[in-house]
Amino acid sequence: MADIDLKTAPADFRFPTTNQTRHCFTRYIEFHRCIAAKGEESGDCEKFAKYYRSLCPGEWVDKWNEQRESGNFPGPL
Amino acid sequence: MQGIIDLHHDIFFFLILILVFVSRILVRALWHFHYQKNPIPQRIVHGTTIEILRTIFPSIIPMFIAIPSFALLYSMDEVVVDPAITIKAIGHQWYRTYEYSDYNSSDEQSLTFDSYTIPEDDLELGQSRLLEVDNRVVVPAKTHLRILVTSADVPHSWAVPSLGVKCDAVPGRLNQISISVQREGVYYGEGSLTYGFQAWREAKGLDFTYDQISGQQ
Repeated sequence: MADIDLKTAPADFRFPTTNQTRHCFTRYIEFHRCIAAKGEESGDCEKFAKYYRSLCPGEWVDKWNEQRESGNFPGPL
Repeated sequence: MQGIIDLHHDIFFFLILILVFVSRILVRALWHFHYQKNPIPQRIVHGTTIEILRTIFPSIIPMFIAIPSFALLYSMDEVVVDPAITIKAIGHQWYRTYEYSDYNSSDEQSLTFDSYTIPEDDLELGQSRLLEVDNRVVVPAKTHLRILVTSADVPHSWAVPSLGVKCDAVPGRLNQISISVQREGVYYGEGSLTYGFQAWREAKGLDFTYDQISGQQ
């Protein structure tokens, strides 16, 4: 039996309730702000990327990516 | 789920107590209300002690029921341990999509699949009607899971009664459930539809196998 290390986005104390919509949105924004601050190739932002990919449904991420590209994203990037 | 079962035992104890007490009084009153055995029924209109007791006592019993009930209700909301896996359950009309994206290296999904209820005509002998699905959700047992439930179109509901979970799937909202399954096996769930003129029972089959992720059975 192999010991597999399972990791996912940890429980965030800022979002203790059942509604995790804001948690997913905040992680997405944190990732893009990290990229804006540190640059595209920085490996520091990978952590945020994993978190938002774990939490956010693919459709939401696609929609937000499109909105960002067209400049319509409704969030503090 | 274990908490729900324990609460049920607590409440059921008081239920039986009350049931036995009330039935005894009722039966006894009817039994003695016989025109030959007791021709003159007694007329009692006051009885301060018993009136006080029969007011106080029934208000204490709900307190004994409420304390474990509220304790369970609030403890179910707390997430004490970080989950090990996140699974997204997305409701559509009328199928489910499951996403496992903990190990994505980019924005495309690594593991997404649709889960349809097997129609009656395609069922094999021994399979449950309206509960079997073509692709089951496979998860490791004895692991803390985080299930995020949402919907792509209309409000749905995601429930697995044998695990004691039910959660509404609302479009635009991500609801979180924490589960830890202690036993391997197949668990069936149902979705109760809250929108639409026809009531459809959607089915979710979940497969919990120890060490499923490593491929060992």
